[in-house]
Amino acid sequence: MSELKLMKGNEALAEAAIRAGVDAYFGYPITPQSEVIEYLMTEQPEKRTGMVVLQAESEIAAINMVYGAASTGKKVMTSSSSPGISLKLEGISYIAGAELPAVIVNVVRGGPGLGTIQPSQADYFQSVKGGGHGDYKLYVLAPASVQEMSDFVEDAFDIAFKYRAPVLILSDGLIGQMMEKVVLKDQQERLTDEEVIKKYDSWATTGKTNRERNIITSLDLQSEKMEARVHRLMKKYEQMELEDTRYEEFQTEDAEYLFVAYGSSSRIAQKAVKLARKKGIKAGLVRPITLFPYPKKVLFKLANQVKGILSVELNAGQMIEDVLLSVEHKVPVAHFGRTGGIIHTPEEVLEALEQKIIKNGSIRHHKTRESSIL
Amino acid sequence: MTEEIIIAGFGGQGVLSMGKILAYSGIMQDQEVSWMPSYGPEMRGGTANVTVILSDERISSPYLQLFDTAIILNQQSMDKFEKSVKPGGLLLYEPNGIHKHPTRTDINIYQIEGNKISTEMGNKKIFNMVVLGAYLKLKPIVNLKNVIEGLKKSLPERYHHLIPLNEEAITKGMEATKAYISKKHEYSN
Repeated sequence: MSELKLMKGNEALAEAAIRAGVDAYFGYPITPQSEVIEYLMTEQPEKRTGMVVLQAESEIAAINMVYGAASTGKKVMTSSSSPGISLKLEGISYIAGAELPAVIVNVVRGGPGLGTIQPSQADYFQSVKGGGHGDYKLYVLAPASVQEMSDFVEDAFDIAFKYRAPVLILSDGLIGQMMEKVVLKDQQERLTDEEVIKKYDSWATTGKTNRERNIITSLDLQSEKMEARVHRLMKKYEQMELEDTRYEEFQTEDAEYLFVAYGSSSRIAQKAVKLARKKGIKAGLVRPITLFPYPKKVLFKLANQVKGILSVELNAGQMIEDVLLSVEHKVPVAHFGRTGGIIHTPEEVLEALEQKIIKNGSIRHHKTRESSIL
Repeated sequence: MTEEIIIAGFGGQGVLSMGKILAYSGIMQDQEVSWMPSYGPEMRGGTANVTVILSDERISSPYLQLFDTAIILNQQSMDKFEKSVKPGGLLLYEPNGIHKHPTRTDINIYQIEGNKISTEMGNKKIFNMVVLGAYLKLKPIVNLKNVIEGLKKSLPERYHHLIPLNEEAITKGMEATKAYISKKHEYSN
């Protein structure tokens, strides 16, 4: 039976982890994400499902615990906020290289450095353009509501095991700290050791049975073998693009101007669409749900329809690069976003559209006409 | 129906829990709700505020610049949020501790002496419920039955014996709110 509750995003994610039958959570507290581990410690899921919850001595220890536990075919996860994720990146690169399923959650705060504890989306580059070293990518899910903080835990594990690859849930302080209605999923049983062997014996270190030994490593000193591994990873990422790209469109059917925004910014941009339409401006919104793979095709298609695009992000301009790559310069693209932990208001977003796209667009048009007369 | 509210005051006045009870009351009558607190250093002994939205539709931005209602419980919050009330909107405030009263003439301004009433009732902790009562009198967006259900949901069971006291505080608040006609501040232009 599904259950309706009022919860913070961080709490909903923690409860979803228990209900998804996760075997272990390794973490280290940091604002604005600490409610995840606080909730898990209070709930004591070891009594409910046998799930292990452990506060490690550091972020680096936590991610390496994830690396080790994921090697055994168990469902494992960790969470942190920006500076903590920076510490985890070495381990994340190893997990990607060793082709292991794991879920990492980043409840983003402002940076760089220790930055601020207030919400931000300035970890976009870190999340989708590598972050750690080497040729790897993370499948990145960006929740925009407390409901999605809950739902995406199971989705993330599905993808992680489908591709045997690490998945990142990229949230931020706003979604993590706010409370909304959430419908919780039913409790799933954790897999037994026998079930894990049955499902993952082909690669996991489940204890040697009558098979060749499984070795989990990201190290391949033979260049040909290492290149084959990289090719294998790239093939997975291609398949992710084909099969698992996710996005949502809001009032795009007749849109003349487009916002592109994910996570908390998409909520603010959605309100800006409503305000714009009240003023007679036909605005729409595309919300990428996966940041890698990026919903390039829908943006490419809409670039034939709209007069300009505003990339709305709580950062100094990061996702705009993917918007530009997607639309191949068919329309003007600009960025708007506040930084330092300040959240832009719907009114500011609409004003930015008017100033940076609508006004500039018409000036450019006017000039072209003038020059053609001359 | 969409009601966008900011509740702002000192940490410890029950700002966040008042918002939470309001949000739960909305859920009880099948509405969409969001509760977005200020968090971080400003909560520790300083000001606290929370944006609460109740709506019949899916809620877009949980973070806003303008509000239908501002419930203001200290001077800092008055300075910050008086200008954030939409024209025609509602500003409800606790006059105790306010030395610069609101000056706008394009909004509806009401006072509720929550401190005085809760002290008279012998329990200062129900201050926020007195204020909530005043608000619900002015904007009956949720009915009392759903508020009580909301209280049951948001209070741990060991406090459920206090629910009748909370209900009484809400009722007292409903009776005690009064309109305030703003006089333009003599130094303002």
